Amino acid sequence: MDIPRNWRLRDQRYRLQGTRCASCGAHHFPPRPVCPRCRGRHVEPYRFTGRGRVYSYTVVYQAPEGFEQYVPYVVALVDLEEGVRVTAQLTDVDPEEVAIGMPVEMVLRKLGEEGERGLILYGYKFRPRIGDPKGEAESD
Amino acid sequence: MRDVAIVGIGQTPVREHWDRGLRDLAVEAVLAAMDDAHVRRADALYVGNMLSGTLSFQEHVGALIAEYAGLEGIEAVKVEAACGSAAAALRQAVLAVQSGQVEVAIAVGVEKLTELASKCTTNALAMAADADYEAVMGLSFVAINALLMRRYMYEYGVSKEDFAAFTVNAHANARHNPFAMFHTPVTREQYAAAKMIADPINLLDSSPVSDGAAAVVIVPAERAREFSDKPVRVAACEVGTDTVALDNRANPLWLKGVERSARRAYRRAGVEPQDIGVFEVHDAFSIMAALSLEASGLAEPGTAVRLANEGAITPTGQFPIATMGGLKGRGHPVGATGLYQVVECVLHLRDEVPDAVRVEGVQYAMAQNIGGSGATVITTLLERLIT
Repeated sequence: MDIPRNWRLRDQRYRLQGTRCASCGAHHFPPRPVCPRCRGRHVEPYRFTGRGRVYSYTVVYQAPEGFEQYVPYVVALVDLEEGVRVTAQLTDVDPEEVAIGMPVEMVLRKLGEEGERGLILYGYKFRPRIGDPKGEAESD
Repeated sequence: MRDVAIVGIGQTPVREHWDRGLRDLAVEAVLAAMDDAHVRRADALYVGNMLSGTLSFQEHVGALIAEYAGLEGIEAVKVEAACGSAAAALRQAVLAVQSGQVEVAIAVGVEKLTELASKCTTNALAMAADADYEAVMGLSFVAINALLMRRYMYEYGVSKEDFAAFTVNAHANARHNPFAMFHTPVTREQYAAAKMIADPINLLDSSPVSDGAAAVVIVPAERAREFSDKPVRVAACEVGTDTVALDNRANPLWLKGVERSARRAYRRAGVEPQDIGVFEVHDAFSIMAALSLEASGLAEPGTAVRLANEGAITPTGQFPIATMGGLKGRGHPVGATGLYQVVECVLHLRDEVPDAVRVEGVQYAMAQNIGGSGATVITTLLERLIT
């Protein structure tokens, strides 16, 4: 990946920033110019809370190039509390402990590096929610 | 618009063709299809291909393949829709002849996946997904399908072992197809012991990385008998799309792209799902076979795996799939696959398949080619022409 591209994506990667439709209130991640729900074009930036639950997950044993050193690692679909689903790695967790429905929260971590002299990429991952591991304080 | 028919088919064996490049494979399939249709010229060539630029460092393959197939000068372009590229090219050929602008069109799908180290191929295939939000997370294409399979098991109470039925059927059928990559059966025990790639998907859930090309010749149906004794009518070839990233779908277990494409095809052809005698399904992974059967209206949501285990998908079952091996057994040269499926459907309707995989009384055969995790879907319905 090239430098301009990763720079462009900084608000998404570091802040989990998407959009919210000013017309119908739907949230989107990634940010979108057109709301998929109402087709409205009046969208504004929205920063997600980063709290959610695991919708599905996989433990990767055969990794794409650049991720070999991390195997086995967990990639999940996370349902954010705003009603949006994102794809991200889970971190600070044993693959055997991961379960569908597990409460998780966003953290900023290293995503990978482009070779020894290349760019180091940072971005969002999710870890089991601290202080409220079962998510019991929530009403969802 | 006028009716169109397939009057010629050609395919190369699906293999790791170390000794052959992209253009050689494509040209072999094109020439075989032209010979089958007894034509020496065509008016247009549509090339389905996903990764010529990334893996063979060659773009501009429309003109290149036309030139080497002895068709220099004709209209020729490449069509790309990830693993759905071949049927997307077929769609262009069908539209061109239907419109009356083109009299004889050729659609060829070609893919050369074994040119570079397998890591490069894995990365290249991941380009079917969203580069900024999926691939960057270390998500391979296998892993995307694993996310679907895990959720399917959770929602419907299906066990990993139950998915073996798809692999066992695909390999049993591939044995009879000389063009298939694999000619060895797979048992449920072998499936259970296979190496894990992205849990819960193991090696025997996954179609193999392979090379190949397949082609068809399309002409107006009213002229079909000038070219072939056994023309096959294209009753429908319809495209549907969905979000590229899996996470942007409200219910990832319902492939809306499949539903849209299949419904459009049924409506165009005036058929119901139960009229389909053979279904060449896009079983890149066993979970995709299950989800495609459900979204195409052949099985209720959550029932496809159970029905597969009851024998519904075998050549003598209620809805035979992967009759010539499917993507799992025949192989999956991604940008060629959609036309392998169509060629196999044509063989059924011409009564030219081996006895072991023959399906009785097929009037309609359906091929469904999927790009990505369901973002582009092309459903083709082929009909037997009564002589």
